[in-house]
Amino acid sequence: MGKLRRTMMYVPGNNPAMLTDAGIYGADSLMFDLEDSVALNQKDSARLLVYQMIKNNNYAQEVVVRINSLESDLGATDIEAMVRAGVDVIRLPKTETAEDVKKVENIIESVEKKIGIEIGHTKIMAAIEGPLGVINAYDIATASKRLIGIAIGAEDFVTSMKTKRSKSGVELLAARSQLVLAARAANIAALDTVFSNIDDSDGFKEEVKLIKSLGFDGKSVINPRQINLVHEIYKPTDAEIEDAKQIVYTIKEAEAKGSGVISLNGQMIDKPIVERAKRVLELSGLSEEVM
Amino acid sequence: MKNNIIDFNGEFDVIPTGKKYAPRIKSVGPKEEKYTNSLKKSIIKSGLCDGMTISFHHHFRNGDYILNDVLNIIASLGIKNLTLAPSSLAAVHEPLIRHIENGVVTEILTSGLRGVLASKISSGLLKKPVIIRSHGGRARAIEAGDIKIDVAFLGTPSADAYGNANSVKGNSTCGSLGYARVDAEYAEHVIIITDCLIDYPNYPASISQKNVDQVVKVNAIGDPDKISTGATRFTKNPKELLMAKNVALIIQKTKYFKDGFSFQTGSGGASLAVTRFLREAMIEKSIKASFVLGGITKPMVEMYEEGLIKTLFDVQSFDKIAAESIQKNEEHFEIDASLYANPHNKGNIVNKLDVVILSALEIDTNFNVNVITGSNGEIMGASGGHSDTAACAKLTVVVAPLFRGRIPTVVKNVHNVITPGSSIDILVTERGIAINPLREDLIELFKDSSFNITSIQTLEKIARDYCGERKPVKFTDQTVGIIEYRDGTVIDLIKAVEKNV
Amino acid sequence: MKINKEAIAGTLESSDIQITISKNHLIKNTIYLESPVKHLYEVAIKKVIMNTLEKHQITNANVKAIDQGALDCTIIARTQSAIYRATEKKEINWEAID
Repeated sequence: MGKLRRTMMYVPGNNPAMLTDAGIYGADSLMFDLEDSVALNQKDSARLLVYQMIKNNNYAQEVVVRINSLESDLGATDIEAMVRAGVDVIRLPKTETAEDVKKVENIIESVEKKIGIEIGHTKIMAAIEGPLGVINAYDIATASKRLIGIAIGAEDFVTSMKTKRSKSGVELLAARSQLVLAARAANIAALDTVFSNIDDSDGFKEEVKLIKSLGFDGKSVINPRQINLVHEIYKPTDAEIEDAKQIVYTIKEAEAKGSGVISLNGQMIDKPIVERAKRVLELSGLSEEVM
Repeated sequence: MKNNIIDFNGEFDVIPTGKKYAPRIKSVGPKEEKYTNSLKKSIIKSGLCDGMTISFHHHFRNGDYILNDVLNIIASLGIKNLTLAPSSLAAVHEPLIRHIENGVVTEILTSGLRGVLASKISSGLLKKPVIIRSHGGRARAIEAGDIKIDVAFLGTPSADAYGNANSVKGNSTCGSLGYARVDAEYAEHVIIITDCLIDYPNYPASISQKNVDQVVKVNAIGDPDKISTGATRFTKNPKELLMAKNVALIIQKTKYFKDGFSFQTGSGGASLAVTRFLREAMIEKSIKASFVLGGITKPMVEMYEEGLIKTLFDVQSFDKIAAESIQKNEEHFEIDASLYANPHNKGNIVNKLDVVILSALEIDTNFNVNVITGSNGEIMGASGGHSDTAACAKLTVVVAPLFRGRIPTVVKNVHNVITPGSSIDILVTERGIAINPLREDLIELFKDSSFNITSIQTLEKIARDYCGERKPVKFTDQTVGIIEYRDGTVIDLIKAVEKNV
Repeated sequence: MKINKEAIAGTLESSDIQITISKNHLIKNTIYLESPVKHLYEVAIKKVIMNTLEKHQITNANVKAIDQGALDCTIIARTQSAIYRATEKKEINWEAID
């Protein structure tokens, strides 16, 4: 089924107060940033701070760290530090090709070997922020078994496309669609970009509804206020929950009896329907054990 | 004289005896003039002399000029050994240090102390211990004669020459004069000090001509911007909002959240934010409050005007909108401190309170709350209405961050007790919620909920894991403060902090 | 490791600590601490800083620490960062960092 990733809360990596409190707001994942939110001359410091935070605090959520690009030598050191700290996911910015992902994977693997943890423990997420990356989305999505998701980074993308962000989001339509397609074909998560105007909750909600319809698993958020808004929109309705419960119940009954083809209300219940039903229960916080 | 002996025996143990204290009978004839334009003359005329007790209110907050101006004149007149009995003190009253050093003031009875003055008193500046009382407790003490006020100096935004004081007319509207009203009724000699003289009669009158001996006009009673602050704004701090949201959800789940319920919130960021979340729930479920009590703010006035609150009982108006609402809105009433929270007042309104939301500097694993001394053992806060409301409300919720910076809020033992643990029902922090074991009904109610309910011992450990093991504060044997519970018993003593030279 | 120059790490923001390391004339580590929680954690804070210095084999650091209520992991991180900046060492010694 996969982990819930409705919200990934972005936390600047050089801010001790925010790093300490990151886990209290109920986001599904946390993303500690070593890249754009950290000044060039503070990157060494932020790296050590995030390292100590991850190592010493027991975050209940999945912890993702956005490293610096491998073009500078910052990226490699970031990876080593974060793998040693025990991070869950390394997020690579500005991913353009499958090769970019493989480079990251190689470094991760060598560190995992060095420190003697399970090879494959550390996962990868690729942020796609330019047109080449969008075109290569499927190759990127399948570049490594460690890759658990791809994300779109709108600001850089829109600039490279020589356009600007608009309310309708039409400038991102192709990129978003391509990304979701690739993610689904590769069976990994698709995550949307940040919405910077924290005070515009109506605009934010519109965007969340849009990306939900497109099929995204979730969105990056930059302020705790945005978290509940996303979770609300991703919550199934009571009717959807009831239907899902029925479907799962019927399947369980059938399995217990050893029945073959199963139908409910005159409709055949096949695998996709069951999967959707389980997802609905997952989103509403009810596991199938509740049945 | 107050004993340094702790004799608190439960929130409602004391049954009062005796009669109410009353000032002497006085006459005022048709030709007598109460008005003067000289504060100095009024002090001399009052007959103030060594060893007497003088009082002030704290409705002017950090914008007050009155207390400092009056004390300066008193000092210049060579008067000494006074007992100072203000309803509370603010940082602006730092000049008191000089008057204490010079023997003008030798005893202080107050709800709270702040800043350098508080810190010096914690080191033993005063020979006699400060007596800390809650708002209800101070009213009780005045009515019982435990505090006998000789001269009350009451600043008011406007007054007429016969003594009628109004709190909304004038240059600096402070709103309710709730704390001052008790002084006006029980002090031997009452001096109204205003910077805005209105032609007689200045009605409606918060303080009535019948209690007033003199009226003085001064240039300024205080700084208008600091007396009447701008509209109380909601916090944007995500941590405070998170806690406030949880408090509101918790309240909604209890049986107390129903049509006709009543509530009160403290003045901290998270406490105020709870009001906003409660409002949404009240609209959604068509629940109207019968009354809101205590410190009144703009958001509460707006809820009243929306029809969500029937009555506002105002003992202190926190902002300009609340102040103006007293005259504007029919069911917004100014109440005095005794009616508000005096346990020995047959009608004290806190008895009717359903829900109160309070803060805490420290709370220990027995749920005792400290709002008076800080992590270094020094006085830095005020008793306020904390113990009054917590004792009487059907549901008392304390909301506070688990630690502030590196200072833990939940500790094994508080430095001082203002409110006993038996008065506290639920503690809400950003990292967990603890229910007092005495409230089995609440424990049962929240048993299978999605709230992060944990034990207060666990919260204390989490705080300690983050912050580290604290070095204990070193106190001396000297008592610098006596914390009197609302019923007149002593609930705790504040010891002097040992100062390393 | 040798201290080559004076270096600062961390900020004066709430919950952070600013560590300045310079060469000490004495052959020992000295720590000057300003902190709003000095009365509670002076010994604990200094111990953490000293520990970090010793793990990196620093024996002559003059440390000025301006604290704003930082927790241990922040103090360690900022001290480590200041050490690397002061010693101008590029390679991170992971055993010492831990």
